[in-house]
Amino acid sequence: MLEDIFNVVKSRFDPEPKNQSSGKVKIPSDLLFKCPRCQNVMFMDDFKGNAKVCSACGYHARLTAAERLDMTADKGSFIEYDKGMASLNPLDFPDYSQKLQELKQKTGMNEAIITGECTIRTRPCVIGIMDSHFMMASMGSVVGEKVTRAFERAAEKNLPVVLFTASGGARMQEGIISLMQMAKTSAAVGRHSAKGLLYITVLTDPTTGGVTASFASLGDIIIAEPKILVGFAGRRVIEGTIKQRLPDDFQSAEFLLQHGFIDMIVERRKMRKTLSRLISYHQPEREGVYHG
Amino acid sequence: MANLTAWERLTIVRNKNRPTVRDYIPLIFDDFYEMHGDRCFGDDRAIIGGVAMLGGTAVTVIAEVKGRNIEENKESNFAMPHPEGYRKALRLARQAEKFHRPIICFIDTPGAFCGIGAEERGQGEAIARNLMEFFDVKVPIVSIVLGEGGSGGALALGICDELAMLENALYSVISPRGCASILWKDASREMEAANISKITADDLLQFGVCEVIIKEPLGGAHTNPQQMAESISEYLFDAVDRLSKIPLAKLLDSRYNKFRKIGVFEE
Ligand SMILES: [Zn+2]
Repeated sequence: MLEDIFNVVKSRFDPEPKNQSSGKVKIPSDLLFKCPRCQNVMFMDDFKGNAKVCSACGYHARLTAAERLDMTADKGSFIEYDKGMASLNPLDFPDYSQKLQELKQKTGMNEAIITGECTIRTRPCVIGIMDSHFMMASMGSVVGEKVTRAFERAAEKNLPVVLFTASGGARMQEGIISLMQMAKTSAAVGRHSAKGLLYITVLTDPTTGGVTASFASLGDIIIAEPKILVGFAGRRVIEGTIKQRLPDDFQSAEFLLQHGFIDMIVERRKMRKTLSRLISYHQPEREGVYHG
Repeated sequence: MANLTAWERLTIVRNKNRPTVRDYIPLIFDDFYEMHGDRCFGDDRAIIGGVAMLGGTAVTVIAEVKGRNIEENKESNFAMPHPEGYRKALRLARQAEKFHRPIICFIDTPGAFCGIGAEERGQGEAIARNLMEFFDVKVPIVSIVLGEGGSGGALALGICDELAMLENALYSVISPRGCASILWKDASREMEAANISKITADDLLQFGVCEVIIKEPLGGAHTNPQQMAESISEYLFDAVDRLSKIPLAKLLDSRYNKFRKIGVFEE
């Protein structure tokens, strides 16, 4: 039952239809986007022009950290923290070092999260963006340490934190050390919170396992993008336990809203404004609205 | 027993005669009064809690409960808690804080339960909240892993000032079975997975995750539960006494730093 916390996302929807009828031409994946939720097909240019949102069903597809930053922060405002931090292989886990090396080359990132300071429509904040393209953004030492430092620095500088989460869970290859990152990051969230500072979580596709069971669930305000997957246990693990198929909207953003675990669902094109407005409500002295 | 493999230890902790917290409580404490419910949804039987006397000190006990037979296991859901179990644990921890009682947590779970109700009621949120809030509970906390410490479901009772493990206990981010099925797509290779995953008490001592290993009787705790309970008891008297003398601010800082320092990376 321990698969709960780990890498459980693989796919809630089959990425490729199994029996493509022989007559049809296979879709060249770099020209077209096929929505994994509703099978709608869009030209890649249109898909990108629509902020990678499916025009038919509104599914908010996964972004790279660079794309997310570009959509969120004011141009040129981002100052990155701990850019060079990289994972080691504390357990001598088979193939782990090699896998990290390959991913670094493929993604151009050192690890599954970028953190730093930026402004969002002039509002200063500490920002963290997880990127599921790097080992499904599983949380090992580096993700844990960067998140922790982000909260510690924000606490020092009296800044709010905005964190875009995405994760398959804990990073099995780092064993118990990865589990302890859940404790470490949650403790840092607590210290930041105790200073009366704001933490906004933005849940993006997919947020699961040990990240859901730590800092992703601890925001003062928790926002989710539409139609994304958020949960603790893996769908297949649950289906295996209960021996029945789960409904399609199980563990969706909408499911979480209905059950009272998130504050709101916000579309990508409204995210920047929403974040900056929410931050402004928590900085009355900057607004000059209220002086006691 | 110093050189048993993780797999051999797993066989010992899965022995059906291995004592559970229900065996230990009457041997270690006087007059345990169980407290029920999370005041919100229900009373999860996978986690029990209450007040008891440890010698002359009133303490709060919070424990994951393995069953000793099929009826008990059915009742305690094989020690796999639902969100309401973790919320009960937090409620009792805050109660302990209010009345200045040290907290003793016993960890013994294959993991948090994976099911529809658990997701609907926020399994992730419940664990996360415990992780954050136990750092702020202003009394000493000692956690002991009795058998299996399974992932986030174990960690939710594992935010503490000192973590002890029974000699054969294991604590891991994923079960050897789960690890094997992901790594090699073959769950039957769990022995191999157990032995490469560094999940024994010795491993965890090396990583700075656990501070104390409590020796088991030769062959494992089940060969002499009375003696095992005495060793746990002896450790608890010492730990509670020691931690109670530390000024509060220092205690909370050390608790933070105990976890803060864990991580292996380069920059
Ligand atoms: Zn769609």
